[in-house]
Amino acid sequence: MKRALVIAALGFSLAAGLAVAASDPRRSGFDFMSRETQAMQKDDFSNPGMLWVQDGADLFKARTGTSGKACADCHAEPSMKGVAARYPAFNAKTSRPIDLQGRINQCRLDRQGAPELPLEGHDLLALTAYVAQQSRGLPVSPATDPRLEPFRRQGEALYKKKLGQLNFSCADCHDANAGRRLAGAPIPEAHPTGYPLYRLEWQALGSLQKRMRGCMSGVRAEPYGYGAPEFVAIELYLMSRASGMPMETPGVRP
Amino acid sequence: MARALINVPATAKKGEAVEIKVLIQHPMETGFRTGPDGKLVPRDIIQRFSCTYDGQEVFAAELHPAVAANPFFAFFTLATASGPLIFKWTDNAGKEESQSADIAVT
Repeated sequence: MKRALVIAALGFSLAAGLAVAASDPRRSGFDFMSRETQAMQKDDFSNPGMLWVQDGADLFKARTGTSGKACADCHAEPSMKGVAARYPAFNAKTSRPIDLQGRINQCRLDRQGAPELPLEGHDLLALTAYVAQQSRGLPVSPATDPRLEPFRRQGEALYKKKLGQLNFSCADCHDANAGRRLAGAPIPEAHPTGYPLYRLEWQALGSLQKRMRGCMSGVRAEPYGYGAPEFVAIELYLMSRASGMPMETPGVRP
Repeated sequence: MARALINVPATAKKGEAVEIKVLIQHPMETGFRTGPDGKLVPRDIIQRFSCTYDGQEVFAAELHPAVAANPFFAFFTLATASGPLIFKWTDNAGKEESQSADIAVT
């Protein structure tokens, strides 16, 4: 029975184009969802994240700022393929890691002469989703810059640090109890392969930072602000933890 | 213009049942929620959605505040003639949006 289930699950993940090596014990949040929600993510005409991707495609071509340049004037579309799979990257200017949203804002400020877009706003999420969608199906391949190592270690420490009135760390649920249930909902393994993703609960697209803020208020901790260096460090650690898993952006999650 | 993802097969055989899928970007704000200022956020929902094809209304739906944001419609119709399928939706302020997609029937 168990073997049949494994074979069925494998067949399904192959069909979804989300094939991970059979020996890989890691599972994406996708595998914990109902069939209906999986079908929603797989069909680009029923995946609401595609609405943001299309908005992002328009924004990518829109000229803006004092330079009068659009993103597409420098970045021909194929050049964005695989970009999201290797972020967060090292930002030499600040000597810190920078995530994809931060990089888009930095590019606007420095090269386009346009104001930064508000974090978690519609336009920045749309642009990020458009760029990340081009990496869909590619394996997560974290940046190898050795200068990122201390930040990755900081992210790991934060992931394992107990927080809030409930005194939980990320690892207490997502490592120690992954696959079990919390109030009826399955606890996934915290692989950030589908971000920014459409959460049915949010009825909107949201970033990994929004997801983490939700978890932090869930354990009654004070969430870090959007764009906080702590979040970027955790993103860095989570992406290295998910190394090799296929990107799913825009994902759909319950 | 409102964005919508419309999936209509490009071609179909006459008399064939074809599946039409429409996903409309819309907040579907219920009018019961309060904003950060404590005041009610005004209701903003789609009230009616319809699809006209070959001179006939082939599908229509009434929507209510409990419908989630970005509503998704999937339905079947019989391919009768080549031409556009016209999708129309009206919000509670009476604003009408329309988009169409062509189908070639052989």
